[in-house]
Amino acid sequence: MISYILKRLAWMVFVLFGVMTVVFFISRVIPADPVAAMLGGQAPPELIEQVRAKWNLDKPLYDQYLIYLWRLLQGDLGVSISTGKPVAEDLLQFFPATFELATAATILSIFFGIILGIISAVRSGRVMDHLSRLSALLGISMPVFWLGLLMLLLFYYLLGWLPGAGQLPYYMSRPPRVTGLITIDSLIAGRFDAFQSALKHLVMPAVVLSFFGIAAVSRITRSSMLDVLREEYINTARAKGLREANVVLKHALKNAMLPVSTISGITYGRLLEGSVITETIFAWPGLGRYATNAFLALDFPAVVGSTMLIALLYALTNLVVDISYAYLNPKIRYG
Amino acid sequence: MWRALRRNPLSLTGLAIISALVLAAIVAPYLSPYDPLATQPLRKLEGLSPAHPLGTDQLGRDILSRLLYGARISLRIAVIVALLAGSTGTLIGILCGYFGGRIDNLLMRVTDIFMAFPQLILAMAISSALGPSLENVVIAISLTEWTFFARLARSRAIAIREENYVEAARAMGAGRWRILSRHVLPLSLSPVIVQATLEMGGIIRTAASLGFLGLGAQPPTPEWGVMVTAGRNYLPGQWWVSTFPGLAIFITVLGFNLLGDGIRDILDPRLRG
Repeated sequence: MISYILKRLAWMVFVLFGVMTVVFFISRVIPADPVAAMLGGQAPPELIEQVRAKWNLDKPLYDQYLIYLWRLLQGDLGVSISTGKPVAEDLLQFFPATFELATAATILSIFFGIILGIISAVRSGRVMDHLSRLSALLGISMPVFWLGLLMLLLFYYLLGWLPGAGQLPYYMSRPPRVTGLITIDSLIAGRFDAFQSALKHLVMPAVVLSFFGIAAVSRITRSSMLDVLREEYINTARAKGLREANVVLKHALKNAMLPVSTISGITYGRLLEGSVITETIFAWPGLGRYATNAFLALDFPAVVGSTMLIALLYALTNLVVDISYAYLNPKIRYG
Repeated sequence: MWRALRRNPLSLTGLAIISALVLAAIVAPYLSPYDPLATQPLRKLEGLSPAHPLGTDQLGRDILSRLLYGARISLRIAVIVALLAGSTGTLIGILCGYFGGRIDNLLMRVTDIFMAFPQLILAMAISSALGPSLENVVIAISLTEWTFFARLARSRAIAIREENYVEAARAMGAGRWRILSRHVLPLSLSPVIVQATLEMGGIIRTAASLGFLGLGAQPPTPEWGVMVTAGRNYLPGQWWVSTFPGLAIFITVLGFNLLGDGIRDILDPRLRG
């Protein structure tokens, strides 16, 4: 098991290196001129030359790549053109907000997805099943940005139940930064007003983001549960006189979880994608919004840095999923 | 196939949605009451009325007309990407699968790297680098999609390579190119086509997401994602500006998903979800 994990980690480093190379060359071999984008159209030529030299853009592409690689090995991701701060610092600053959002959305996805899936499988072919299958399909087809706007329209503008943007209202000071997660930080500081407000701000973006996940998890839970419920040992358990709830929740569920853990990993990738859009709609100060702004401004150090972080998170999730496989199904042993 | 499809009401609904959409896209010039780009400064942000059944946007353009032309754009993107990524991916996959060896290994590592990103993020990176435009959206999404087709075609080619009739063809003296074009390619094609149908909805959603983020089609193009973004500033008062384009995306993606599900169920009943 240990050697398997080590092998996977080594492979991950290789993939990240590849990701970095691909994004580096994509973001440099471009028709669009980042310096012109930065300075505007009317900048004097001397200034343009100066800026080019400052960002090493006057050197051949190959040299630029080696310079970047060398600095990367020392943990230096460069300086963001738009914020003027080191990219690594920026990423640390923006990442916790996304982590908080994605975690909340994952919890919602898995919890409601599994419940819906179980109901659907146990009531297979009946009204509840059709309803939950239909809602899963609707969830998969719903564009995240449209759902976000509709929820904003309903719960913020029309009903006024939930706040519309950001993590805290503008008049409330942020709790001192410990973990960077605003809910946790406000608890540590004993600021229950901030905690309550932060939770309220979290609800809408997290629900929007979890929509796809709930749909995906419930679909796979349903089909996996249906397979397991047909197995002999389920009949045996029933014949022993166990209660149906016990049979479903204890005997069937654990074995049905294997594909669910895979889909949860895939869903996490979709969450990272979704966070890009959700954060734009809800003005959430996270990684997705940072990346989008970097893309729009052709801020290439930030582009490479944020895509690498996203790829790293994605790869780590897949690793965790594969390891949880081994835990859930002892028949699988990695060599 | 058709008979099996007819028994599944949800897939039929999907088929009906897609057919209606294709029809609307074809006859858009005859159906649209207005020019999708014509601005009317005196009729900005008008609500629903007989003259403008879905209202007008911030420049006084008719939203219904823009939606109809938008259907052309979305469908064209989906079809071109499916063709482009499908054919390139299939070709690479078949060559890798059939010949194997070092090139296969190298290309599969390349697909690993492409698959290490969430798709939308990669498309955003490519689109921003090339400069956001409709053509570059097609290129960006194709670059993220080809890997799926390559993997699929490769696994088919590996399976076909070992079949007896390929062995027989080889024994009869058929060259490798003849085997590839006469045996491997035609037989790898059907799963690729199914996969292409399944991907259509996702392609349309990705294109709309890029438009929404400002990294896709640019205004004044009547692309649905761009239209949703434009309407954001007019919530809640003029809700129709972004609600209707969003609804169009939702229904289209739903249509493709319903149809794709049906086709997959028919071809592989084990996956029925």
